[in-house]
Amino acid sequence: MKIKLNIWKQANPKAKGRFEKYELDGVDPEMSFLEMLDSLNEKLIKEGKDAVAFDHDCHEAICGCCSLYINGRPHGPGEEVATCQVHMRAFKDGETITVEPWRAKGFPVLKDLIVDRNAFDKIMSAGGFVSIDAGQAPDANSILVSKVDADKAFDAAACIGCGACVAACKNSSAMLFVAAKVSQLALLPQGKVEAKRRALNMVAKMDELGFGSCTNTGACEVECPKGIGIDFIAKLNREYLCASFGEAE
Amino acid sequence: MSKLDAKIPEGPLAKKWTKYKASQKLVSPNNRKKLDIIVVGTGIAGAPAAASLAEMGYNVKVFCFQDSARRAHSVAAQGGINAARNNKNDGDSVYRLFYDMIKGGDYRAREANVYRAAEVSSAIIDQLTAQGVPFAREYGGTLANRTFGGVQVSRTNYAQGQTGQQVLLGGYSALKRQVALGKATMYSRRQMLDIVVIDGKARGIITRNLITGEIERHAAHCVVLATGGYGTIYYLSTLAVQSNASAAMQAYRKGAYFGNPSFIQIHPTCIPVLNEYQSKLTLMSESLRNDGRIWVPKVKGDKRNPNDIPDEERDYYLERRYPAFGNLVPRDVASRAAKERCDAGYGVGKTGLAVYLDFRDAVAKQGKKAIKGKYGNLFDMYEKITGDSPYETPMMIYPAGHYTMGGLWVDYNLQTTVPGLFAIGEANFSDHGANRLGASSLMQGAGDGYFIAPYTVSNYLADEITTKVPSTDLPEFEEAHNKVVERINKFLNINGTKTASSFHKRLGHIMWEHAGMKRNEEGLKKALEEIAALKKEFWSDLKIPGKADELNQELEKASRVADFIDLATLIVRDALNRKESCGAHFREESQSEGGEAVRIDKEYSYVAAWEYQGDDKEPKLHKEQLKFENVEVKVRSYK
Ligand SMILES: Cc1cc2nc3c(=O)[nH]c(=O)nc-3n(C[C@H](O)[C@H](O)[C@H](O)COP(=O)(O)OP(=O)(O)OC[C@H]3O[C@@H](n4cnc5c(N)ncnc54)[C@H](O)[C@@H]3O)c2cc1C
Ligand code: SF4
Repeated sequence: MKIKLNIWKQANPKAKGRFEKYELDGVDPEMSFLEMLDSLNEKLIKEGKDAVAFDHDCHEAICGCCSLYINGRPHGPGEEVATCQVHMRAFKDGETITVEPWRAKGFPVLKDLIVDRNAFDKIMSAGGFVSIDAGQAPDANSILVSKVDADKAFDAAACIGCGACVAACKNSSAMLFVAAKVSQLALLPQGKVEAKRRALNMVAKMDELGFGSCTNTGACEVECPKGIGIDFIAKLNREYLCASFGEAE
Repeated sequence: MSKLDAKIPEGPLAKKWTKYKASQKLVSPNNRKKLDIIVVGTGIAGAPAAASLAEMGYNVKVFCFQDSARRAHSVAAQGGINAARNNKNDGDSVYRLFYDMIKGGDYRAREANVYRAAEVSSAIIDQLTAQGVPFAREYGGTLANRTFGGVQVSRTNYAQGQTGQQVLLGGYSALKRQVALGKATMYSRRQMLDIVVIDGKARGIITRNLITGEIERHAAHCVVLATGGYGTIYYLSTLAVQSNASAAMQAYRKGAYFGNPSFIQIHPTCIPVLNEYQSKLTLMSESLRNDGRIWVPKVKGDKRNPNDIPDEERDYYLERRYPAFGNLVPRDVASRAAKERCDAGYGVGKTGLAVYLDFRDAVAKQGKKAIKGKYGNLFDMYEKITGDSPYETPMMIYPAGHYTMGGLWVDYNLQTTVPGLFAIGEANFSDHGANRLGASSLMQGAGDGYFIAPYTVSNYLADEITTKVPSTDLPEFEEAHNKVVERINKFLNINGTKTASSFHKRLGHIMWEHAGMKRNEEGLKKALEEIAALKKEFWSDLKIPGKADELNQELEKASRVADFIDLATLIVRDALNRKESCGAHFREESQSEGGEAVRIDKEYSYVAAWEYQGDDKEPKLHKEQLKFENVEVKVRSYK
């Protein structure tokens, strides 16, 4: 296969970015998208040009590093895939592929296709935990959890923190990410103790960091590589409302 | 050899750790505030260690090279985490887990450490559950368990096929809580490039800020390395592609001994190599061997669709060779058996380097829904990569580099031979001998992090309460800093023609060929020559675009590959020295007629700990003689 690439290049956070055009020959349809970028870089370096910077690590859709906006979709074509699971067989010979970084106020571009997602860590620090020190835990089997709740909590916990939901949202809202963590912990007895504080603090932090609000368009759910559903946003809203009307902590 | 004291407490095995805790030195809460600790790594060992030490009141600085602590390679662990809880009433106990690990490791691990790992395993599950880790549950609400290879009890806890992610996020959330409380400070996108030793003690590190390229100095009272394993030495492996050996090599060059570097586990069930561009191999969790049956056709080169091959024409070779454990033999045994079949010409798939892992019988017996519940995400992952559905057609699998039992040599305190420098998780050599059993790495890493390092590090710091954090202007920092800058400039100034990745790939080939699943003297000697030639070429023909003072991923890679090359030599030397077969280390010269590994206990019942003597100089071998007082050393048999 031969493909044309239109890739966002930006030297650093302050520099002005622009699209750069590349052509790549000998692309194997079985290559993953990241391996295609590897071969592009191999070629560029040999030609004495600058490589394209992009984040990636596990190549198994679980680390959440990869974050490419391909042809107008976070993580590119396919259902419930992260960028590392996109293969070149998803594209046509001769096709022009446009690759951009996540675009959101909360995720400034660091270089080329790499963005700063520290905001997610900050939201987690605002309440995405159960306050339990090492050594204080009771016997795990003394906390009975119904299989239904455990499975549902797992579905929410499967979030990989990639940020595709933010990139997909026209308001750059981080609601799906926050909803996943709040729901996971609210569904489990261990997490119920701090449920109110958690919902209030995580939402407040999200607002403070410049993420927009949720207007229920559902774009996040469509692009989430882990199939996190917006029913969790409904759960977050309930948790948040209950917490807002409950006693302030 | 005087320095190699494992500092194992006296007394009966089951009492050692209790006794240690009762008699160790403590640091009062008031003094903890004055003590700074650097933790490098945020995986299942580092994140809990950092969080737990911060909870105790120490000031903790935490480093990782990813953009977030949550992305450490541990996140990719799939199958589960062991604990000796006897949840299934099937005869499990701390001793049984200890015994399984010692035997699984082919009698090349230290009894006292392994026993302690088994002893704290149950508390890990309690801790993680309390953090909100959604482990699989039975309908009655209690924990569900599954079985892993090499054992005859069900002691593995899991969260579908994403156990590593869930377990890591538990530790990550504990760490985030400490960050919010101001007790831990997170430095992400930092690559550690050297360790600073002052008056013989580890006192700080040099890092590169991967966004700006700035070289930074960080000082502390001690340094804990939780930097993971180096299975990526083979280039293609199941590890996240940025996993590396650099931290361990920096420690090694600063005087920390490297333990059993050649003990590298090759995992039997991975998606085979599909094309030459591949940068990574995908693991299919060992848990699949609970229900999947491994086979090849009985006739060489049988090209029929696997579903059309009747049972009598299939060779379920693990069930045939190892009736007692069948498909659940340990990894080293399963990997070699697959290689044996493929080398003999019975392999399947395009390349002939694959065997079938078949779920036909399990789906027929338990139904698709039940199988989906257990392995859904693994089946999806397989289908996304290969385009085939394992519900319909058998998976094709082949062994791949996976886990390093070798690592920095540590004593019972998890301290390296450099005082104040600790190594935990996969980065140390400790608990798995010559072969690791499934689901015991998360267990060991988490145990080190939550329940062992907090005690042993405190024991060390008790003597440091009057020491001030050293100034980063000291000559030792200056020197380390300058060396790091020098090395970076050296990389950039070569200005040759080949990329760092291309060298890594070639190194991987050499290692896979000569120091992979099977090794022999001739091949290993050849590898030494090939690595030396590659090293020369690397340092004269490397090409890195860009500059030092910017985000430069090629520069990051080059630094890792340079360390891999040096480690490769060390691995080969270790493999050459050990003329026996044990666990994952299979020397063709030492096998039985049936092709099973033959240990030579009289000569090799020791940990090989290598001391750095200078670049390109032969390292010095120290031996930690292993004593087995609580298990009978036997021929490891899974028949
Ligand atoms: C695909 C796969 C599946 C697995 N499944 C299981 C399983 O089911 N059960 C099980 O028990 N084990 C499993 N394992 C093994 C297990 O996942 C690992 O052994 C374990 O997670 C290692 O944890 P760690 O904390 O030691 O290191 P890692 O998780 O590798 O973390 C290393 C950390 O060190 C940091 N780091 C490294 N070098 C530097 C540097 N120079 N500067 C700064 N930071 C640095 C990294 O950023 C990272 O934070 C699996 C392994 C693989 C590859
Ligand atoms: S909710 Fe989905 S899209 Fe958003 S961060 Fe989590 S995994 Fe990514």
